Amino acid sequence: MLTASYLLLGLAIILAWPAPIVLSRAHWTSRSPFTALLLWQAIALAGGLSMIGAFLVWGLSPLGDNLLSALSGFRGILAGEPGAALLTVVHVFALSTALLLGAHLVFTLLLTAYKVTRQRARHRRLLALLSGPSASIPGTVVVEHQAPVAYCLPGFNGSLTVLSRGLLDSLDEEGLRGVVAHERAHLDQRHDLLVLAFESWNQALPWLPTSRLARLAVQELIEMLADDAALEQVSRDDLLRSLVAVSSGMDPSPVGAVEARLGDAVETDRPHGTGARESAAGPGRAAAVPPSQLSSLRLRRLLSPVGELPASGRATVMATAVLLVLVPTLALVAPGLLN
Amino acid sequence: MATLGDLERSVMDLLWDGAEAQTANDLRDKLAQAHGNDGKELAVTTVLTVLARLEKKQLVTRERDTRPHRYRAVTSREEHTVELMNEAMGNVMDREAVLARFIGGISPVELASLRRILDDGANA
Repeated sequence: MLTASYLLLGLAIILAWPAPIVLSRAHWTSRSPFTALLLWQAIALAGGLSMIGAFLVWGLSPLGDNLLSALSGFRGILAGEPGAALLTVVHVFALSTALLLGAHLVFTLLLTAYKVTRQRARHRRLLALLSGPSASIPGTVVVEHQAPVAYCLPGFNGSLTVLSRGLLDSLDEEGLRGVVAHERAHLDQRHDLLVLAFESWNQALPWLPTSRLARLAVQELIEMLADDAALEQVSRDDLLRSLVAVSSGMDPSPVGAVEARLGDAVETDRPHGTGARESAAGPGRAAAVPPSQLSSLRLRRLLSPVGELPASGRATVMATAVLLVLVPTLALVAPGLLN
Repeated sequence: MATLGDLERSVMDLLWDGAEAQTANDLRDKLAQAHGNDGKELAVTTVLTVLARLEKKQLVTRERDTRPHRYRAVTSREEHTVELMNEAMGNVMDREAVLARFIGGISPVELASLRRILDDGANA
């Protein structure tokens, strides 16, 4: 019992700190976003399971040799049978922590889902008044506004892809096809559910590196998956041009502000400080950052394509994900089932 | 003719475009003009139903001191559009979970770099 609880605690700590830090810095993830997403889900699931499990198993340890027998002992205590004296204050504290943590996670998930659904409904009401169905692209609505934007609004009662007039005007047919395919992939693959789960995970435990890093990584990985779906229909150049077209309308601040910030980024990214001199010499034409220095893995893999992770690599990642979930599950129930 | 949702939109468009508050009869006439050729009469009661729905959604307000009541939009189309676009462009915090933007996860700085890289590629 105690051994299992220490094992679970160890696993919980590894999954809360070092594992997400290592994974968020890894570059292979852009070569197989799908398996990387599986791994993040396994880390979150196994992390939560072992965190709650560690407290639960430790708190129940005086009542039995394994979780199942200890749980039936605990039921007995709740029913008024003797045995409560076996539990000290510390054990009760551990049990309460497990209970509260579990309830907190479930409650935060429900609350986040409720908030997001309400905000989507509100946005949908705005859209109903301000947008009309696209004449040329089915399942798509157009907002009459000159800023180029494209997004999708998932929902259980029908999802929407939204494009602005400005976007339609600034892209050719291929460019539009890429954007629509990208958004459709988000909707078809139900990325909103993943984002929702990790958003609430982060809201529930904002001080944990794992929840913050996981949310950022998951967001980038689903974009890569959507890009891959778009690349089945259009070329890399088309997709990149669409990204630039959309970005041109994104920052309403004067161009100078963007230049200055870009200069800063170049300066800090370059060890020799050449970027600073270049941007000082010609504020209008600071040197382009080489693709390898962009921190966005999504952009990097579009600019310089990387091969897909070989099958053996993908199998290893998937096996790791399965193991991660299996270990805490087994640590919790196996001793009881074996007896 | 159109569904209630479409009618709501048409009524809002008329209220937004019209300078003054309008009665249900005014609106009915304008709607009938716009959809005049499909031969079906649009009842004033239908327009009143739509207006009641819009009022409930707090999009429309009624002037009660005249008879018949005159209706006007609570906020302008521009204000609604600004709100919509702010959400769409991610200017509102914590909206990642609500909608998925095409440029999701890329910072403005990096998009500026991308623009340069593509520009340089095109010039070279």
